[in-house]
Amino acid sequence: MVSKKVKVVNEQGMHMRPAGELAKVVKAHPDCEVTLNANGKTVKAKAPMQIMSACIKCGNEVEIVCSGTDEQAVLDEIAAMFENGFGE
Amino acid sequence: MTTFTGKGVYGAVAIGKISVFKKRDAEVKRVRIDDIEREKQRLEHAKAASMEQLSEIYEKALKEVGETNAAIFEIHQMMLDDDDYNESIITMIESQKVNAEYAVAKTADNFAEMFSSMDDAYMKARAADIRDISNRIISNLSGERSEETAVNEKVIICASDLAPSETVSLDKEKVLAFVTAHGSSNSHTAILARNMNIPAVIGTGDDFLAAIKDGDAAIVDGFTGEVFIDPDEETRARLLKKQADDEKQKRLLQELKGKENITLDGTKVHIFANIGSVDHIGEVLLNDAGGIGLFRSEFLYLESSDYPTEEQQFEAYKKVLETMAGKKVIIRTLDIGADKKVDYFNLKREENPALGYRAIRICLTRPEIFKTQLRALYRASFYGNLGIMFPMITSVSELEKILAICAEVRAELKAESVEYSEDTELGIMIETPAAALISDQLAQMVDFFSVGTNDLTQYTLACDRQNPDIEPFIDTHHEAILTLIRMSAENAHKHGAWIGICGELAADTSLTETFLRMGIDELSVAPTFVLKVREAVRNTDLSKS
Repeated sequence: MVSKKVKVVNEQGMHMRPAGELAKVVKAHPDCEVTLNANGKTVKAKAPMQIMSACIKCGNEVEIVCSGTDEQAVLDEIAAMFENGFGE
Repeated sequence: MTTFTGKGVYGAVAIGKISVFKKRDAEVKRVRIDDIEREKQRLEHAKAASMEQLSEIYEKALKEVGETNAAIFEIHQMMLDDDDYNESIITMIESQKVNAEYAVAKTADNFAEMFSSMDDAYMKARAADIRDISNRIISNLSGERSEETAVNEKVIICASDLAPSETVSLDKEKVLAFVTAHGSSNSHTAILARNMNIPAVIGTGDDFLAAIKDGDAAIVDGFTGEVFIDPDEETRARLLKKQADDEKQKRLLQELKGKENITLDGTKVHIFANIGSVDHIGEVLLNDAGGIGLFRSEFLYLESSDYPTEEQQFEAYKKVLETMAGKKVIIRTLDIGADKKVDYFNLKREENPALGYRAIRICLTRPEIFKTQLRALYRASFYGNLGIMFPMITSVSELEKILAICAEVRAELKAESVEYSEDTELGIMIETPAAALISDQLAQMVDFFSVGTNDLTQYTLACDRQNPDIEPFIDTHHEAILTLIRMSAENAHKHGAWIGICGELAADTSLTETFLRMGIDELSVAPTFVLKVREAVRNTDLSKS
């Protein structure tokens, strides 16, 4: 299991589009479970609506936890998405 | 006639018949099922159909409202594909042995509830999206597709509320306007309406739907947010004119925005805008004016219950100059008196206020008020391209006094090391026959003239412009007025000053050619006339006599 803390930089926080992009990447790695810890909640990252339910806003800190096949590579990929503000 | 008012989200006028948008019956019955696999298959089919419809809607939206606004339907597809959402539906079918319709409706309720309870406006609004996609699955399950209402003529669509997908699914060619009783002006529906260039009024209230039926005549004013049901003749005539004016304006905007103010033979002229409040700068920019030719500073005094301070004035002027970003801004000093009264000035009642104690006459007898304004103006001059203009000039000695006070203010600021622009132009209004007649002398003392044709007409023709009875005697094209303007223009140019017109006559396009032949350098008109005048200028050919 590997984890990394990142900051949400895109202005609107984890709204539908970034949540959808994130879920898409997570679903592409079915053998690696990805969870997010934010705002005192833990959510699975494979479903956009669950990601949104954590109400993660711009400036919030998010801990990404990956466990399974290629966990480090998946973690790096997801952390980079957060850092790029999901291309927004 | 009944009038309803909501929030206008796109400014335009629509006149036509009402079509009430009927939602499918959202009530879903709970039915016990035995064949779970069959139910899950039904769900899969309905979802696949929904997915296909959503991608069609997305393609349609992409063409009609652009990528940014179409993105919502991509998001709807993501929602439809959401693991949690789908797991919830399947679990309900399996564990409770319920029909797919019920499982979808119940899941939609739960998710909508979750979003509604979130402490974030964006997230709250997602509840409507969940319901939108869920209703789509349900109608595909039941084999109904009620949203594409058959509409044969252009109608005003009225609904309790419209989901984004419903808005985009409507055939744009057949929709005159949208009116919804509920919903917010920030909803996707409102945003979509705005991007489809369709007049829309949102939130007309609970009583709205009860008051209308299919085929009712109605007018929608997207500017004011008013909806007139069964309008009377007067309202119809008024709105017809408003519609025609608006359409002309929008056409001009399309054609003439960004174009030069140049005649067919290559003569250029500035077209500026007249405004009376900071709030109207948006209109100046929207209508593509080259600057502000007359900024009436009275609003600062009229809106205030006491003399506005130097600081208050400075902030207001600075804001105007900064917003105009280097474009010329001509601010006219205080023009109180005559028809504009302010209590705290304690002006006496006058028999003949137009010929009385007003404008520069107040400033010169109460220099403390004048100096406060001038200090604020000069300080603001640092932030843009300012011209200061003095109203109601009749003599050389007045102007000498004014220029002396200006020099005094500059010297004070310099002594205090306060920055101001040395390039600030000083000019006067030509609005009395006296000023026009001595324009030869006045032109030597200033950088520019601006002709105030309203007062110039009143004073030249001895016609009180407040008195409707003498309107037949007011000939704004009177040769005397045109002669005074021509004389002022010649004298201005002789001494290297420029001359503009900022009265109503500047927008009279039957005179545009006359003014251009006089050599008028600038025409300053209400923001909505800028493009009309530009059109007239571009159609003028001064090489032909």
